[in-house]
Amino acid sequence: MNVYKPKPHDAAPLHVAGSARYVDDIPLPANTVHLAFGLSEIAHGIITEMDLEAVRAAPGVIEVLTWKDLPGHNDVSPYPLFREPMLCEGEVNWLGMPVFLVIAESHLAARKAARLGNISYEEKPALLTLDDAIAADARFEEGPLVYGQGDVDTALAQAENTLDGVFEIGGQEHFYLEGMAALAQPQEGGDVVIQCSSQHPTEIQHKVAEALGRPMNAVRVEVRRMGGGFGGKESQGNALAVSCAVVADRLRRPAKMRYDRDDDMVITGKRHDFRIAYKAGFDASGKIIGIEFTQYCRCGWSPDLSLPVADRAMLHADNAYFLPNVRIISHRMMTHTQSNTAFRGFGGPQGMVGIERVLDHVACAVGRDPVDVRRLNYYKASGGDVSVQKTRGAAHKFGGTHSPKGWVEGPQTTPYKMPVEDFILHEMTDALLERSDYAARCEAIRVFNAENPILKKGIGFSPVKFGISFTLTHLNQAGALVHVYQDGSIHLNHGGTEMGQGLFQKVAQVAADRFGVPLELVKITATDTAKVPNTSATAASSGTDLNGMAVKAACDQITARISEWLAETHQTTQSNVLFEGGQVHVGDTSYPFEKVIADAYMARISLSASGFYKTPKIVWDRIKGEGRPFYYFAYGAAVTEVVIDTLTGENRILRADILHDCGKSLNPALDIGQIEGGYVQGAGWLTTEELIWDDKGRLRTHAPSTYKVPACSDRPDVFNVALWDGENREETIYRSKAVGEPPLMLGISALMALSDAVASTGDGSIYPDLDAPATAERVLWAVQRQKGAS
Amino acid sequence: MTVDSEPTETLLDWLREERGLTGTKEGCNEGDCGACTVMVRDPNGARALNACILFLPQLEGKSVVTVEGLAAPDGTPHPVQDAMVAHHGSQCGFCTPGFVVSMATAHLNGATDHDDQLAGNLCRCTGYAPIIRAAEAVEGVPIPAHLMVPVDQPHDGPGDDLFPDAVRPRNADQLAAWYDANPEATLVAGATDVGLWVTKQLRDLAPVAFLNRCDDLKSIEIRSNDVHIGAMASLSEVLEAIKPLHPDFAEMLRRYGSAQVRNAATVGGNIANGSPIGDSPPALIALGAVLHLRKGNERRSLPLEAFFIEYGRQDRAPGEFVEAVSFPRQLDRLKCYKLSKRFDQDISAVCGCFNITIEGSVVATARIAFGGMAGTPKRASSVEAALIGKAWSEETVRHAMGAFKEDYTPLSDMRASANYRLVSAENMLLRYYLEDQGTSTRVLEVRA
Repeated sequence: MNVYKPKPHDAAPLHVAGSARYVDDIPLPANTVHLAFGLSEIAHGIITEMDLEAVRAAPGVIEVLTWKDLPGHNDVSPYPLFREPMLCEGEVNWLGMPVFLVIAESHLAARKAARLGNISYEEKPALLTLDDAIAADARFEEGPLVYGQGDVDTALAQAENTLDGVFEIGGQEHFYLEGMAALAQPQEGGDVVIQCSSQHPTEIQHKVAEALGRPMNAVRVEVRRMGGGFGGKESQGNALAVSCAVVADRLRRPAKMRYDRDDDMVITGKRHDFRIAYKAGFDASGKIIGIEFTQYCRCGWSPDLSLPVADRAMLHADNAYFLPNVRIISHRMMTHTQSNTAFRGFGGPQGMVGIERVLDHVACAVGRDPVDVRRLNYYKASGGDVSVQKTRGAAHKFGGTHSPKGWVEGPQTTPYKMPVEDFILHEMTDALLERSDYAARCEAIRVFNAENPILKKGIGFSPVKFGISFTLTHLNQAGALVHVYQDGSIHLNHGGTEMGQGLFQKVAQVAADRFGVPLELVKITATDTAKVPNTSATAASSGTDLNGMAVKAACDQITARISEWLAETHQTTQSNVLFEGGQVHVGDTSYPFEKVIADAYMARISLSASGFYKTPKIVWDRIKGEGRPFYYFAYGAAVTEVVIDTLTGENRILRADILHDCGKSLNPALDIGQIEGGYVQGAGWLTTEELIWDDKGRLRTHAPSTYKVPACSDRPDVFNVALWDGENREETIYRSKAVGEPPLMLGISALMALSDAVASTGDGSIYPDLDAPATAERVLWAVQRQKGAS
Repeated sequence: MTVDSEPTETLLDWLREERGLTGTKEGCNEGDCGACTVMVRDPNGARALNACILFLPQLEGKSVVTVEGLAAPDGTPHPVQDAMVAHHGSQCGFCTPGFVVSMATAHLNGATDHDDQLAGNLCRCTGYAPIIRAAEAVEGVPIPAHLMVPVDQPHDGPGDDLFPDAVRPRNADQLAAWYDANPEATLVAGATDVGLWVTKQLRDLAPVAFLNRCDDLKSIEIRSNDVHIGAMASLSEVLEAIKPLHPDFAEMLRRYGSAQVRNAATVGGNIANGSPIGDSPPALIALGAVLHLRKGNERRSLPLEAFFIEYGRQDRAPGEFVEAVSFPRQLDRLKCYKLSKRFDQDISAVCGCFNITIEGSVVATARIAFGGMAGTPKRASSVEAALIGKAWSEETVRHAMGAFKEDYTPLSDMRASANYRLVSAENMLLRYYLEDQGTSTRVLEVRA
């Protein structure tokens, strides 16, 4: 059995030896040229003159290209309805926009020359903030998109209590440790091969083909691994690959480009920052009767992936809570800044922070424990056919009275009218509260805060219900290619890309399990558009769900052919042929796998197959906001404890307890790695990671010296992570669940805990209104508001 | 061996581009992420350093161990490499070589304060927990034999022809004479700041002098009356020397930069570069430090605070350099409050250093200095005046907090707003008082 095992990452021995090869580590082909972009120095305006003489004259420079020199499409947009020029065509849209392309003999020569451009601009007013964009009504799509159900206006008018608020959620830089990189090598007949750091090889292939004016079959893209992606390498690597391909084609020389870290941060998009306004009506217990959200999503200068990001924020405005009367209004605002893009969670986290914030606010208003109010508003538990959970926590003081009874009249529906059939958070919450000793710690924190005048602790709980599937339905497909060679070794390929998440190992476990052979027989190979075509981005947490199933389909074709042949030669039925333990069992007879393969080859059995998978059940109308966009939901919950200093606002996470649902985990070690890493990344987003632009639109936090991702000591001192022992009720690969994105949102509990600590400095009369990221500065101002009110 | 290269070529570029040793990664090219960490050994021991801001001439007489050199000659992985695999300490793997080298260096040195040893290595995937589990797992595991072989004494350098453009004075006298004759030159000490002039600003530094041979500028002397620190003492060395005397200064230096940065950065460089933040200058000013400058054979001394004239301008003549800094021995009343977005490896938004002595129940002396509150590290003279001679009480403190406005008009930038800087600076005085009364005020000391 190869699945359900905590196997290490397949490349871990290479990682630790420094021999895992990334794009920048590929030995340079002879005559390789190096590229760098010259960048705009203003946020918005028109280029009136471009003097590139000094650039051309700089040492080591071969040639300098502008958009007019490009042979085909000057468009690197992932969104077909909007052009994104790779090189500025006259109108500058953000500070840092590539304006010209330097081709030089070395990386350093290219970088140096790229700074020597002398460009004159006619500056135009730049929209830099959400306020600017709202005032100018600068938006993508004609008006706001609105989803909802029930009768919100009546519910709000009739509710016993109402409250409203508005808050800001900052963006986030991906800070993948490996910066963007690409290498193109010209081939005969105008073909080109690209090696690059991308989550989306097919899109690279597509964009390169368009840029060269050639069909997609002239372009082959290979991705062995990325040094982190997190969504940042879904669309933002297009410009490098296209540049390299164009230059390789033009000069007939290999071309390589990698961004220096500062360029990477100034050029590429980030997580969307949001403003969310809310009006909620609720009863005396804290149960929400009606609610309206208005989400303002700052897209930057182009749509890129912003529309589906904003959609997903709407689709997670409910998180884990049944909202009978709800309206979600989404504005997609344009500013003259980097085009914000995919980032782990893809809008879901921002939508989720919205409702979590409201529930905290409601709990404050009704004077109840926030966990209690959350449980009161949970979706009803699943009907009887959900798989039995082995782990059951005792009902608890907090919310125990709301313990679930399965729905009888049918499942409750989300604001987009999808029935929630697999809701398991009641049981998970019970278990987590017990494991984390929540009640006793609340009391201990109360005592600590009474004894300490300056330092205050807080505790926060938040659940996650995250929808799994691409909301663009056609993307939910995947392909695989599996060969078994005549010595019994297996070559595995599929459309997913490896960015550290362990996808390749999980899928290899699937392949090894289908053939019943040791994992070592399976060779994991680089993603390659020539082996598996028309792939979707490795995104939306879908990598294992889609590619695991495609690989299973391919393997099962091969084993079926072998079984059919063995059944025939052994005068038995196919069902009596079993692949297990390195052997192939035919009735009572067993043969080594390698022997069977050698014999099958001699018997002219095809030992290669392509597999295909498409996710069932999903149907979605994004304009109406109706349907079943998700195959299923992944769940999780976290309790975080923090301490703040009320003199400076400095704060720390002391402890985090997490219970997360990976269905029946294919690889518990890799899944726990995703959960731990996701939590810390999510907590970083909401605490220390702050993006600052100045009033000219220049990103001032453009390197790790100024943009602070969590460091080692920022992880919780006590960090307990456990997997929920269940299985997916849907027929996913080995009944596992997707894990890439959902755990990031467990970090929301840290923001809630900080808010709780701030609240402890007041008399309960006002809600802390803590914006994100909750830097020390924001925490201090929130503390001062509490003290001012009490 | 000799090296055919520009004197300001970084070790990282040389390893990757000329030696084809691509295990050492470029993550940020400014010493903040640690993906390029290498182990540098000499007879004094092993240190982790960032190869991206380390120039080749700085390595004269050193042995460099990269990730490729951690395994034993027979290919047996280093224990930290095995532990990182077993504990799932790598995901994307790009930061991993840097972590592994930092961990192997800590392991070699017997250091088990893992959070601090790894503060200069950023990981975006794992959340660090499995890396720490791996580091803990190898505590006490024997050091591999090939790393126990002592490093040779550096033979008297291969000569100045190694880097013809890189002047490398052998002592302070040679430096003084050369710099007096070449006052436009750039002096390179630890290169944690100057390194970025090359890697980020793409500046040509020539003419340039590397000071790593000047052993006579590296001494730290704890004398009966004062503490005398040579300009080339690294912050790691200063930290260790000062810990018994002024533990809060040492703790601030711990947070000043990661192990890799502290191992390279020098106290002289930290003063001479004239940063408005400084971190060590405000602490030294609060201790009453005196700066010792030299030009040719002429020496002069001045109070450290007088060295900083205004933003970007110091009281330093062309050809004059920082030789040492000293401060009087004294009862430890120093507290250093470093306020930054992240606790470790972050530039301060505000760094407040307080040294207030009480006689009877009255404030006898007060030396208070801040970084991040003005164009230079600067004393809070009005606050000091509002305290001296007054009863040491919360009332006095709250009154004195009002005087910060007279001393400082801070700016807003990406690290903090002006108002936050002012309010938190005021509150730091209250924190000093409350700490003195036994109230706990440090979030880093709280546990769940």
